[in-house]
Amino acid sequence: MRFEFKPFDEMTPADYESIGLKAGLEIHQQLLTEKKLFCRCPAGHYSKTYDAEILRHMRPTLSELGEYDGTALMEFKTKKEIIYRIHSDTVCTYEMDDTPPFMMDEASLDIALKVAILLNLNLVNELHIARKQYLDGSIPTGFQRTTILGVDGWIPFKGRRIRIAQLGLEEDACREVSDIGHQRVFLTDRLGMPLIETVTYPDMKTPQEAAEVGEILRRLVRATGNVRTGHGAAREDVNVSIDGGTRVEIKGVPSLSRIPMLIYNEAMRQWNLLRIRELLKQRGITPSTFASGSEDVTRIVSKTQYAPIQQAIDRGEEIHCVRLDNFAGILNEKTQTDTTFAKEISDRVRVVACLTRLPNIVHSDAASETLSAKFWKLIRQRVQANPNDALVLVWGNKEDAECGCNEIAIRAREATEGIPNETRQALNDGTNGFERILPGPDRMYPDTDLPPLALTSDRVERARANLPDPPWKREKQYRKLNLPDDVIRMLSYSPRALLFDRLVDELEVNPMLAGVTLYQHAKALDREGLSLENLSDEEFISLFKAHRSGRLAREGIVEVVRHLITRNEYDTARNGGAPNDPDESIRSALDELGINPVPDDDLRKMVENAVHRTDFPRTVNTRDKKHRYLMGILMERLRGCVEGQIVSGILNEELDALDEVQERKARRKAK
Amino acid sequence: MSSDKYKGYRGKGLAVLKEHGVSVWSDVDVVAESGRFRGIILPRSETADENHIVLKLNNGYNVGLTADTIISLKEMGRREAHYKIPEKDFPYDSKKPNVKLFGTGGTIASRLDYRTGAVIPAFSPGELYGSVPELADICNLTTEKLFGVFSENMGPEQYIKTAKRIGEEIEKGADGIVIGHGTDTMHHTAAILSFMVQDSPIPIVMVGSQRSSDRPSSDAALNLINAVKAAAEGDIAEVLVCMFGPTSDQYGLLHRGTRVRKMHSSYRSTFRTIGDIPLAMINRKGLIHLRDDYKRRRSDRNAKINTAFEEKVTILYYYPNMLPDIVDACVDNNYRGIVIAGTGLGHVNKPLYPAVKRACDKGVHIYMTVQTLWGYVQMYVYETGREIMELGVVPACNMLPEVAYMKLCWALGQTDDREKVEKIMLTPVNGEITDREPYNGYLIYQGAIPEVQEFLRTIKR
Repeated sequence: MRFEFKPFDEMTPADYESIGLKAGLEIHQQLLTEKKLFCRCPAGHYSKTYDAEILRHMRPTLSELGEYDGTALMEFKTKKEIIYRIHSDTVCTYEMDDTPPFMMDEASLDIALKVAILLNLNLVNELHIARKQYLDGSIPTGFQRTTILGVDGWIPFKGRRIRIAQLGLEEDACREVSDIGHQRVFLTDRLGMPLIETVTYPDMKTPQEAAEVGEILRRLVRATGNVRTGHGAAREDVNVSIDGGTRVEIKGVPSLSRIPMLIYNEAMRQWNLLRIRELLKQRGITPSTFASGSEDVTRIVSKTQYAPIQQAIDRGEEIHCVRLDNFAGILNEKTQTDTTFAKEISDRVRVVACLTRLPNIVHSDAASETLSAKFWKLIRQRVQANPNDALVLVWGNKEDAECGCNEIAIRAREATEGIPNETRQALNDGTNGFERILPGPDRMYPDTDLPPLALTSDRVERARANLPDPPWKREKQYRKLNLPDDVIRMLSYSPRALLFDRLVDELEVNPMLAGVTLYQHAKALDREGLSLENLSDEEFISLFKAHRSGRLAREGIVEVVRHLITRNEYDTARNGGAPNDPDESIRSALDELGINPVPDDDLRKMVENAVHRTDFPRTVNTRDKKHRYLMGILMERLRGCVEGQIVSGILNEELDALDEVQERKARRKAK
Repeated sequence: MSSDKYKGYRGKGLAVLKEHGVSVWSDVDVVAESGRFRGIILPRSETADENHIVLKLNNGYNVGLTADTIISLKEMGRREAHYKIPEKDFPYDSKKPNVKLFGTGGTIASRLDYRTGAVIPAFSPGELYGSVPELADICNLTTEKLFGVFSENMGPEQYIKTAKRIGEEIEKGADGIVIGHGTDTMHHTAAILSFMVQDSPIPIVMVGSQRSSDRPSSDAALNLINAVKAAAEGDIAEVLVCMFGPTSDQYGLLHRGTRVRKMHSSYRSTFRTIGDIPLAMINRKGLIHLRDDYKRRRSDRNAKINTAFEEKVTILYYYPNMLPDIVDACVDNNYRGIVIAGTGLGHVNKPLYPAVKRACDKGVHIYMTVQTLWGYVQMYVYETGREIMELGVVPACNMLPEVAYMKLCWALGQTDDREKVEKIMLTPVNGEITDREPYNGYLIYQGAIPEVQEFLRTIKR
């Protein structure tokens, strides 16, 4: 391994290639539905308050093929008490696992089906609901009901294909409130909301590519118009491996922009763990020669000045020491940015032994900052360690301290094997920490509460009919219409794409006008805090019909849109947004804005009056300037009523006429 | 017909498997119209349609493919599932009490059944020890599978066999008996065993689960631990039902077998003592007695076993406008006993009177209970009640309808003499009729009332 890990900014694609980086994504996206997936509770209602609490424990069970899942066994070791906080508006007895599931929400299935088609997946013909075990308590049943709609799809990316492994439809989990010691607390409002999980193959070769593909996938699902947006509505997991490494999953990535740094650090961690394995091998430590021991050293260190241990003793806890034979120095080996191997151990102790108060270990590789040399010497004697051995102290009640010792030895031994199969959590500084052992297919179990559900070809065709072409196809079509780049990019992923097509194809609206209205104007309005989402497709259609019939000039469109959004928002707040007749909605908006037809004669008269005014500012002293000045004044009154082009034409005629009159006058004078 | 090789497959599904020379547990590469799939062919539920085959993909998910759309199916290997809980010999400790666990079926111990796609009972001491090792801290456990039936299929044959086996185990010196049972009719069985096995010197604890043991959040393990604890160490030598107290994993309740009823179709805390208070709370630390009037554990081996049972007994759940021909039908079909679950204090409508009278005259034993479940039959308050008694209907105090049914089966199994039957029916064996209803025997909280909300807000520790 001659390669040296460089700082993040200096790593090149070639560097990543040399370590064999592979990254994949799992994107969880909440669907925009009224109800939850397997019960009739409302979806998307959040609340921090709660009415009741329920306590549960989880026990591992066998998989369908008769195996125990590793994660399940790990979670069982933690002996967590799990408390669920329940708000009566958002949770019923189903989520609390006191009522069997209801039939799957049809709307959710149809949305998921659309995404499956967009992802070019091989669709299954019959859905089987599975139970995916989660013993961390995030779901009260101990499993997530989940099903897959298709496998082995793809999306285009930079001239190649990123393969999609599968698309799942599943229920969302609880939100964690706290996890301290042996007690974990969850809020349950989000529990059971429909979610799709898109899993890619590990086809991304650099951290940046992973973020880019994440962005494409996110926009792709949004293109259906049926997914939730906003905080927590889309969540990404990243899986990372390097040559000789292990597929490690990083959970809870807060935003796509964080992905590159997380992947970089994980690649570095794996590369360093392989390096540490090599170091151990050179010392002759392999899985079979690995040795360790542990002792209760409470009495030896009872007089220490080191605060964390002193406090532990005050709490009546025991201090145990683990001896890792021939490990001296290893705990100080770097793993991630500003992180050493000792963190791998501390994480395990925190999660598995539930010793959540940090620091939860101290070790002899960083001896000087903790216990004084005198104590280390005594401990060393007690555990019969020689100077080549590393010592790790851990404290807690007897049971937890013993569990901690056990985990320390397990994690140290794993260093001789390489990189453990783990699920890790994304941390704010771009590094990651241990969350749990990576679950395998053994955690899947068929849901015996629900029968299989045929995914009929009718249903598939219906979904296909309601779906815009995939974004990459649309991009090509829009390019032919000569739209600006930013409009093309946005439209190809927009849930309004079908609307755009209807406007252009059926109403023969100028594509530029439609594109600019749906994107550039939308963006400007968005900055004013006005969201286009408040306008239905039907209202847009009526709006452009009014335009095509000459009732509304193009300059007035944005004005009407602004007015409609404000009015609809108000209506929604007042009466829950009862649907209104779109034609009527536009007619009344035009009335309210005073956009009325102007008869030709009146228009001519207005322009005539304008050109004959005498109070032009001094700077308005040429014909061009006059034209511009008068257009401003006229359009102020005529915006939306008459096309600017028409006004401009008449104005030119009148100015010409005036010029002629004045010329004649001048000539007469000259005579 | 599908053999084991094609477990559950019929019609088109079966044909496609045969056509391509593959079978259940084949690891196959499938090309179908919708694309390519790789996975293991799983057995198919017999209740599912015949048009699909089921694959377990490598990611652990199961999916169905339409048989008609399959282009090719190639066997790449085989992998058979062996759903087996790791079996370990249950340890023996001479200092620990000996508990006998009888299995009757139900979800307390169950596993997946591919044939129906549902869970079926599974049971052995080794399996139990493998999945609930905590049991070994409490007792020496031996198990015996009496039958493997869902609780709705329990009947006289099973009641009699269970009662006899309990008697034998008591004689052999067991310190406690636990009976694993489906929850649906657990209270029926608890009632009949309370009559068939009397004066037991040891606890007889019935237990089940509302969430099958193949789920991580199952109540099976905790219920079993509690039941075994009650049987091994408890002082209450009665037929008991041991199930979750609250829905939270906190404590179990020990209910008297004659006063307990399943009250919710799916809640964990479904079993409630009706019209009285439960006998005790139980957790891993032991029992907390809630009342003192229970039958104590004894060292003798003198239980009375009486397995009499008459099958021709029914419950009529009265509703307004019940027509008399229902009663006539019972008589014409030679029913010997009828328990009426009447309205209010124990009433039926007038048009039924002639039919009821005819039944009584023909020697049918008719007992009145209340469908309100809580409260006593009191047939003197209204004239209706007096009239009904005149016809020959006997009020059954505060016996629960199902309990009265079981007791009437048991009584009529012993005698047909009107007075003797009445004496048996109205002399309480163990709390099926009580002298008084305590003020806290009837408690059905109503949600949203502030004090109830306050109670629900935090887990009471």
